[in-house]
Amino acid sequence: MLKAQSITCVRGDRVLFQDLNLEVRPGDACQIQGGNGVGKTTLLRTLCGLSLPESGEIFWNDAPIHEDPGKFQSDLVYIGHSNGIKLDLTPKENLAFALTLQSRIPDVSIDEALDRVGLSGSQHLLCRVLSAGQRRRVAIARLYLSRAVLWVLDEPLGAIDAAGVQGIEKAIGTHLDQGGMAILTTHQPLRLQHAPIRAVQLDH
Amino acid sequence: MPGLSTALIALVRRDMRLVVRHPSEVIHPVMFFVIVVALFPFGVGSDPLLLRTIGPGVIWVGALLATLLSLDALFRSDFDDGTLEQMALSGHPLTVLVLGKVFVHWCATGLPLLVVTPLLGGLLGMTGEVQLTLLGALALGTPTLSLIGAVGTALTVGIRRSGLLLTLLVLPLYVPVLIFGASVVLAAEAGLPTVGHFYILGAMMMLALALAPIATSAALRISLN
Repeated sequence: MLKAQSITCVRGDRVLFQDLNLEVRPGDACQIQGGNGVGKTTLLRTLCGLSLPESGEIFWNDAPIHEDPGKFQSDLVYIGHSNGIKLDLTPKENLAFALTLQSRIPDVSIDEALDRVGLSGSQHLLCRVLSAGQRRRVAIARLYLSRAVLWVLDEPLGAIDAAGVQGIEKAIGTHLDQGGMAILTTHQPLRLQHAPIRAVQLDH
Repeated sequence: MPGLSTALIALVRRDMRLVVRHPSEVIHPVMFFVIVVALFPFGVGSDPLLLRTIGPGVIWVGALLATLLSLDALFRSDFDDGTLEQMALSGHPLTVLVLGKVFVHWCATGLPLLVVTPLLGGLLGMTGEVQLTLLGALALGTPTLSLIGAVGTALTVGIRRSGLLLTLLVLPLYVPVLIFGASVVLAAEAGLPTVGHFYILGAMMMLALALAPIATSAALRISLN
């Protein structure tokens, strides 16, 4: 369970949000909503432990995340604004490297993961020649290769086509059914089959 | 569970592969080094005695500047494409992963400098024995340059167009390496014992090896914040 207790984030002189409380339990999906610039990405980065909140505390399974960041982060997969892939490597090489960084061996092979995101034909091309949507799909393939409980997704649907969006919705649904958790931002409507999505609204 | 050593080896292999796909990262600093050193005889004249006196200093300053120019590539692309935050979130100690990146950086820039140094030593009129001393000093000194440079690069990677700031941060820290690196060669030329200098160069490398990765990973986390 991830719990954020009255966190405040500041960018420069501007307070993005104050005293925000958030709780995500197994099987929960939480969608952070709000216009551009309200601090959605900052909130996600703070929840991952990449950025530090100005005040407040974040707990993972009742322990503050800064006490043992390594343990928390091995339960976490984060797909950020940038894809986290090297343009001069092929999708396969990128995923093989991503795989060595995580702590759990997945039950899906890299080829299978690439197949699921519809990139099985492009696996030996350099990511540089792939389109924006295809690069995003390489990043999304990390979800299939991860057995992390907590998914933190920053605009996962950006540049992805309709068929791809359906695939991601299905993946998130399956993940939640298995007791996983997801926190995400998206400007597109997201349709999950079983689980209701809890919305957290950020305002200026 | 893929362990830390697997991750470290994978990172080194990935970065080596990227270097091979972008050989300009290796070639440009070396060419810069060769050109800077080769300019001096044109500027100060071809007096062999003068060239032998200034030679060690010229080669060391050339090596410092070539390393400095290559530093930006150390974390910039990882920072921009998001792979750095993936590494920071991997649960593996960033300190160790940083060491892998610095190792590849040294292989891609420090090592090629060593390879071309005999050519430049000859150009500046150094004898075989003096050249060996110079190579030894560079072999101990260039890893220190990469390690110290990594700290400065990690601090400035979040800033656009940080080249000049990086220079101001890092060059003063290079002074001790420059002093002992150049004076060991002068000592060899004068026929004096050089062991003491080598000990100090080695000690500086060990100190940088122990402290720089910790400072670098802390600086990277600040830059990512």
